[in-house]
Amino acid sequence: MATATARKIRVVVAKPGLDGHDRGAKIIARALRDAGMEVIYTGLHQTPEQIAETVIQEDADAVGLSILSGAHMTLVPRVVALLAEQGVDDVLVTVGGTIPADDIPELKKLGVAEVFTPGAGTDDIVDFIRAGAAERHQNTD
Amino acid sequence: MAVEPGAKRRAHQWREEVYSQQGERDAEFSTMSGHPIEPLYTAEDTAADDERIGYPGEYPFTRGPYPSMYRGRLWTMRQFAGFGTVEETNERFHYLLDHGQTGLSTAFDMPTLMGYDSDHHRSLGEVGREGVAVDSLDDMEQLFAGIPLGGVTTSMTINAPAAILLAFYVLVAEEQGIPAEKLGGTIQTDILKEYIAQKEWCFPIEPAMRLVTDMIEWCSQKMPRWHPVSISGYHIREAGSTAQQELAFTLKDGFTYVERAIERGLDVDDFAPRLSFFFNAHIDFFEEIAKYRAARRIWAREMRDTYGAKREESMRLRFHAQTAGVSLTAQQPLNNVVRTSLEALAAVLGGTQSLHTNSFDEALALPTEEAVRVALRTQQIIATESGVTNTADPLGGSYFVEKLTDEMEQAAYGYFARIDELGGMVEAIRRNFPQREIADSAFTYQRELDERKRIVVGVNDFIQDGEEPTPILKIDAALEQKQVDRLQATKARRDGAAVERALAELKRAAATEENLMPSIIEAARARATEGEMIVAMQEVFGTYTESPVF
Repeated sequence: MATATARKIRVVVAKPGLDGHDRGAKIIARALRDAGMEVIYTGLHQTPEQIAETVIQEDADAVGLSILSGAHMTLVPRVVALLAEQGVDDVLVTVGGTIPADDIPELKKLGVAEVFTPGAGTDDIVDFIRAGAAERHQNTD
Repeated sequence: MAVEPGAKRRAHQWREEVYSQQGERDAEFSTMSGHPIEPLYTAEDTAADDERIGYPGEYPFTRGPYPSMYRGRLWTMRQFAGFGTVEETNERFHYLLDHGQTGLSTAFDMPTLMGYDSDHHRSLGEVGREGVAVDSLDDMEQLFAGIPLGGVTTSMTINAPAAILLAFYVLVAEEQGIPAEKLGGTIQTDILKEYIAQKEWCFPIEPAMRLVTDMIEWCSQKMPRWHPVSISGYHIREAGSTAQQELAFTLKDGFTYVERAIERGLDVDDFAPRLSFFFNAHIDFFEEIAKYRAARRIWAREMRDTYGAKREESMRLRFHAQTAGVSLTAQQPLNNVVRTSLEALAAVLGGTQSLHTNSFDEALALPTEEAVRVALRTQQIIATESGVTNTADPLGGSYFVEKLTDEMEQAAYGYFARIDELGGMVEAIRRNFPQREIADSAFTYQRELDERKRIVVGVNDFIQDGEEPTPILKIDAALEQKQVDRLQATKARRDGAAVERALAELKRAAATEENLMPSIIEAARARATEGEMIVAMQEVFGTYTESPVF
């Protein structure tokens, strides 16, 4: 039976690579915080190694990778691989940004739970992360 | 001329007795920046012969920087372009010129913008994706292959490494037999807005500002036709600011560069005429037009009264505009042609000197040839078919536009005061003031969309299910290796010892107060790479990490 823990859902919002477009990442970070989650915003220019380390150190339930530079098919797989290498396989991975439709199936095959593209509603993103992270909470109890 | 008492009573009477008889729709009657708009504007709101409105080509330039405006010369049609290696981008440059664009504009890739060579580990996956990869003078030569630089003006969007790219450009022109003093164009260089919004940096703020002043000084002496800075609001707006914040932060950045150049010992009239601006052209039509007119009036007044400019050219604000990338939707992309058209028209009615129109497929990728052709045609149709070019400042004297211009101006001065209280723009940036304002505005706007207080067609209303994905430009992953090979070839060909000496000289100069342009040019000539030059300077200047607020 799941204990009625008051532990907040912990989410890392990360900006991989050289991409400097942080408008969306900041909005999501604030929305998640307003929704009662513990948010760690990594800031810009994070290497995949830095992101994986942050996810592990912060004991995150979820990580949102925000990327609008076109480098997602290099950087997202690298983050997923690094997490797997470190034995972290229960973190909800989501991606947001300018991701062409053609790339989404491959990202999902890698283990990305959802890809949020331009026009995605903030509430939908918050709900998805809350539901996905809660599921992981249940599975680990 | 005072408004007649009769007019005042009439407007008030109309509001109370006639307008109030009809209900209003349940909607927001404010600009997208949240600025409230009245149901009607009348003579009560403005005095049409106010000398603050004036004449085009005369102080305070509210109605335009030139007397003839588009009757004398159309705006430059200047489409931002760049992807892959210099070969692909040179091809796109030729395509655009062949289809009638009248100026070049260069988009560099993320590694180039951030000062990394294409073979740096941080460049992996990023080469050629957001723009063209340029590592050395060899690349720059091929970028402009077949394009005589004496016959076209070029804009380059690059900031922290701007001095290096300017050096490359000057050297390519020199190889073509064109002296630097004949070159016309613009390099963005506007580092303050990087710390605020675009977030592409290499150095801490002070050494970065030194480089900006070096470029302003050097260009004022060696490149009289060149714009060494494009003081920008586009990116501030794209990051989520309101129009008022875009206006205020941009102008305040500009004043800061003016102050630094004057502190350097330059005469304001020697450099101010070649300061240029770059504004967003967003979808709230009249707010944008008012913004441009207010910008011109504020700049003219401050340059004359605060900075002591004597020449009219020093007071005259000239700008490039780009339609708002952030307004484009991935849903029903053909709707973006409409958005871009409205935004382009606002820029033209606001008196822009140069214009980039976004392509309809750009919500998710760089534009295809077909899409960018439509974007260019949009400008050509406005220029040739719409008739709006027949007179200067067609909306001048409109009660609404003049009132809105006044209100934009007031809002800007409100921000100037707050920034001054913080100790100026550099200090305000250190304290995250503009960054926080932008994050707050962006969040407010997003909540309005989420709550459907504001509508974006196709996104939160008029939604179309089951759309076919639009074909978009895909960057061939093989181009990254192609660029790395180019870079290796450059390194193999060059005189390594000469490069070492040139980099050592650059490092030496960086630690003094010398103008760095000459040593950057010599290093570039020796085929030092951009990354090598940046590293040499970082060894003296250090690097920068932001402390973000959200």
